[in-house]
Amino acid sequence: MAQLVEAVRDGMHAEQLLGRTQQRFFEPGQKGRRFTYPWAHEVDFNKRAEFDAGGMETRAINVEIRRLMSEGNGTIVVHNPGAKHSLGVGILNRLQLYFEGSLGYFGCGLNDGPNIRIKGRVGWSCAENMLSGTVVIEKNAGSCFGAAIRGGDLVCKGDVGARTGIDQKGGTIIVGGRTGAFSGFMMQRGRMVVLGDAGANLGDSMYDGTIYVGGKIASLGVDAVEAEMTDIDVAWLANKLKTYEIAVPGNLKSMTKIVAGKQLWNYDNLEPAEKKLVL
Amino acid sequence: MCGIAGLIHRGRSGDIGTQMTAMLQSLKHRGPDSTGYALYGQGIGGDRFVMRFKVAEQEDMKHGFKIRELVKERRSEVDARLAEMEARVVDQAVATTYAFKYTFDYTGELKKLVDYMEDIEGVELMSIGRGLELVKDLGDAKMVSDQYKLKGFQGTHALGHTRMATESDVDIRSAHPYWAYPFSDVAVVHNGQLTNYWNNRRDLERKGQRFISNCDSELIAVYLADRMTRGDDLEGAMTRSIDELDGVFTYLVTTADSLGMAKDTMAAKPMVLYESDDFIALASEEVAIRSVFPHEIDTSDPYEGEVRVWRS
Repeated sequence: MAQLVEAVRDGMHAEQLLGRTQQRFFEPGQKGRRFTYPWAHEVDFNKRAEFDAGGMETRAINVEIRRLMSEGNGTIVVHNPGAKHSLGVGILNRLQLYFEGSLGYFGCGLNDGPNIRIKGRVGWSCAENMLSGTVVIEKNAGSCFGAAIRGGDLVCKGDVGARTGIDQKGGTIIVGGRTGAFSGFMMQRGRMVVLGDAGANLGDSMYDGTIYVGGKIASLGVDAVEAEMTDIDVAWLANKLKTYEIAVPGNLKSMTKIVAGKQLWNYDNLEPAEKKLVL
Repeated sequence: MCGIAGLIHRGRSGDIGTQMTAMLQSLKHRGPDSTGYALYGQGIGGDRFVMRFKVAEQEDMKHGFKIRELVKERRSEVDARLAEMEARVVDQAVATTYAFKYTFDYTGELKKLVDYMEDIEGVELMSIGRGLELVKDLGDAKMVSDQYKLKGFQGTHALGHTRMATESDVDIRSAHPYWAYPFSDVAVVHNGQLTNYWNNRRDLERKGQRFISNCDSELIAVYLADRMTRGDDLEGAMTRSIDELDGVFTYLVTTADSLGMAKDTMAAKPMVLYESDDFIALASEEVAIRSVFPHEIDTSDPYEGEVRVWRS
């Protein structure tokens, strides 16, 4: 139990997953192990650089971020991103990255490691396929927020569009406001927290993972069912919301917890090879 | 994939030609085949109308020895038929070698006039309205704006479209926006695909409506205008469309004094909204809005099944 509480505090995933296809990627007790890519730049968070992206093309902005990283800058501030698409993507490095404005579509996708803060809004598909790190957005976000993320924390303090966390495979998505229809569609792992209302078909066809909703749910999707809020859920939520300086709602235990009912016809615990044998 | 944009000034007018060109040029990557505008100038009252029409396709002008003669003949026939219908032309402007803008006074039935004009081979009416002027042609926004001299066009609201041709030809006829023939001052731009197009089209044709293209965006325009003639207000017609039109779509519609936005229940097509007390802008991507407001602004995504209407 102590190990579990520690895991919750550290923000790790500690669901009791069923089936051999559901591997546990992070074990409590791995604390302290750090994986880096061999080509990752050694950066110093106290070494800071900034540049004005106004008038620069997307590619030039991303190249400049890499150049500054290669010089050892661990903190980079980008001014005037101008809602351009695909900024801050494919960063496989430790880094503190600040965007002093809004991003367009596909911002901060395919990242593994950086902590990113965005002062404005983001368009569709923010942080798609993120492996680790954090992305915090101060304003609103578009649809497909955190599509297929595998790890890390993705936080939007405002409202987000439809299909939030579609195909989510891990990590945590936190929405300070409202989320649109089909959020958590085909979710496979991880946690999603929505402090406002959720649109229709929440958690449709989800395989696993947990969704917490503070407001009203328009409707649940196929095989999404309500579950009991436990003390561990409350402790984890309080810790996460505090970490990102999001005002904690009055009674966290009154939030609605949604999980997979696991009644879909194709839901079982067999490996594909085993399934072949049976069939 | 196509890009769509709309804007409306509240309680004042502005250079909507320049503003819409900037928005559409920044959406060029969503569709470079053609660009179209629905611009609402200072409304003219009474029985005075503005008519935008073409007598040939842009491509036609590059082929054939006789096209210039044909253009002259077709335009002469338009003049003759307007006179015959007792429409009094008060102003004529040549937009391109094949597209024209006429201002005229007319007290008769609009549908009759439109049908008689379009009976002339090669003639297509882009729009008729007291405020609406619909301009569309091949190329990006800058090309079309320069060609039709849209810089400095003063008005209250506008729609725009950059087209990536997927299901019909690259020509002016298939370019957007669509005017809701024969209803004056209604235009639509659309991003998406309607899956019950033919059922709805047959239904509207049985009611006497006609279509100039096979494009599903035209259906939305005619559908809304048809509903409004049956007593729905704009918002009511749009709300009904969410249930009756099938598929994935986000569309913008304009009438003489309003701009509307509707999104289907799947919310599969993008739209970004900027709203202030005196100006509203919508576009497929925020970069289009930022081309008008370079500074940081607050924007949001309208939700699934949402319908909004703003008046000038």
